[in-house]
Amino acid sequence: MSDVLLEFDNVSVRYAGAIAALHGVSLKVHKGEIVALLGANGAGKTTLLKAASNLLPAERGQITGGHILFRGRDVTGSSPHDHIRKGLVPVLEGRRLFRSLTIEENLITGAVGRGLRRAAIADGLEQVYTLFPRLRDRRLSVAGLTSGGEQQMAAIGRGLMARPDLFVLDEPSMGLAPLVVAEIFDALTRLNTETGLTILVAEQNSSVALRHAHHATVIENGRSTLSGRASDLAARDDIKASYLGGHAA
Amino acid sequence: MDWYAFLFAVEVAVGGLLSGVMYALVAIGFVLIYKTSGVLNFAQGSMVLFAALTFVSLVEHGVPFAGALLLTLAAMTALGFAIERTVLRPLANRSPMTLFMATLGLAYVIEGAAQLIWGTQVHRLDLGISNAPFEVGGIFISTFDLVAAGIAAAMVAILTAFFRFTRTGLSFRAVADDTFAAMAVGLRLNRIQAAVWTAAGAVALVAGLLWGARLGVQFSLSLIVLKALPVLVLGGFDSILGAIVAGLIIGASEKLAEVYLGPFVGGGIEGWFAYAVALVVLLVRPSGLFGKKLVERF
Repeated sequence: MSDVLLEFDNVSVRYAGAIAALHGVSLKVHKGEIVALLGANGAGKTTLLKAASNLLPAERGQITGGHILFRGRDVTGSSPHDHIRKGLVPVLEGRRLFRSLTIEENLITGAVGRGLRRAAIADGLEQVYTLFPRLRDRRLSVAGLTSGGEQQMAAIGRGLMARPDLFVLDEPSMGLAPLVVAEIFDALTRLNTETGLTILVAEQNSSVALRHAHHATVIENGRSTLSGRASDLAARDDIKASYLGGHAA
Repeated sequence: MDWYAFLFAVEVAVGGLLSGVMYALVAIGFVLIYKTSGVLNFAQGSMVLFAALTFVSLVEHGVPFAGALLLTLAAMTALGFAIERTVLRPLANRSPMTLFMATLGLAYVIEGAAQLIWGTQVHRLDLGISNAPFEVGGIFISTFDLVAAGIAAAMVAILTAFFRFTRTGLSFRAVADDTFAAMAVGLRLNRIQAAVWTAAGAVALVAGLLWGARLGVQFSLSLIVLKALPVLVLGGFDSILGAIVAGLIIGASEKLAEVYLGPFVGGGIEGWFAYAVALVVLLVRPSGLFGKKLVERF
């Protein structure tokens, strides 16, 4: 097995000192993999991903137990900025573009967050526009006025501008038409195979996620309940029914 | 209305517009900080006073004009960074009301510090701009007001260019749009806030010099906050363009009201007319002419 890039070791999280959101979740992401994080609404997927980038304090959340290791180093207390410098880049749930900025300006903020200079910014833009040609046409449009699919592409592009080694995506399919979802996951798969980008993606749309992922972990009520090869999980109908809100739900 | 009465009305309006530019300048200091921190910085008036007092005291101690300007700018930068470190950072993620109360306290600390360092007497500030009126097509315009408006306009142009074309400016607009996303993208909020407080300090310096030259540098200078508030309500707290337009509207309307409505109510309208305008706007458009509409979702 290839080496571990990101590891959650028995991580627990509380919000505002009272509400426990995660109870000892462990999870490993190996270099070069796509790992899907599955589970119902409110299971704790978003919390886990925010913990990885240390974004919880801004929402009055706190890691109360366990460690998060990135490339073997403990990064539990590093700032979001430091995470990005090291190559761990998040793409937030709900896109969260800067609505009054243009698409291109949004993309540039990703590079600025990593501290990149002019030439690197131009390279990054070219890479993103090659991956998502639609963004090139919309580059001067105000982000708030573009379609959901374009916004998701721009959010992913903004992340790519920071030159990630590990991409942490939260619910990229949210509110998008199936064709657009397929387009986005195809792009992620292409990034994974062509550039070796490691991806951890949380999804409620488990069928799409399992089709593209190598491994998957299911979390339920703040605990990781199941973990395995994506193809094995996809084959088991009972899992779909009980954990993934499949046919039975 | 005969020709001379018309000319007189134009003259009053122009005078009002010119002072409106100076209101806008003060209001922009508020807008900058409101957009990044979501807080109405009550200390902006104190910063205006602090800047003017520092400048005038340096000049009185024999420092040449340009040197005093640079030193004061450095002092305002230091103040901006100190505020970020000692007030904003410890209070990160607190409610806007907490932050507002903090700036209220800050206002008194800055005023007190200015008093402690530079004393309490009134200073005369001479920027070397003539106060003589000159005539354009039958209208008399104050040279000082025109120059002051020109300086304020240049300041606005510089700020606009800064936010449009620099990486810090881009980061500022990103933070103003979505603070959480800005943090997730890796933008360093601390640095951006320090930069914005510095920019607000520079605006305060320019406003302090212009208003100080007009009114004398004294502690009532911090009360120009009260002139900026109706401008903010009218223009919207989060719009620089709004602050400019509203400054012009308020400046012109309060002068016109003073001249044409004043005699019917015994004068003294100028002091409160801006608030009456702001009140009407609040009733019709609570977010101001250019402010973002805030929609609460449940």
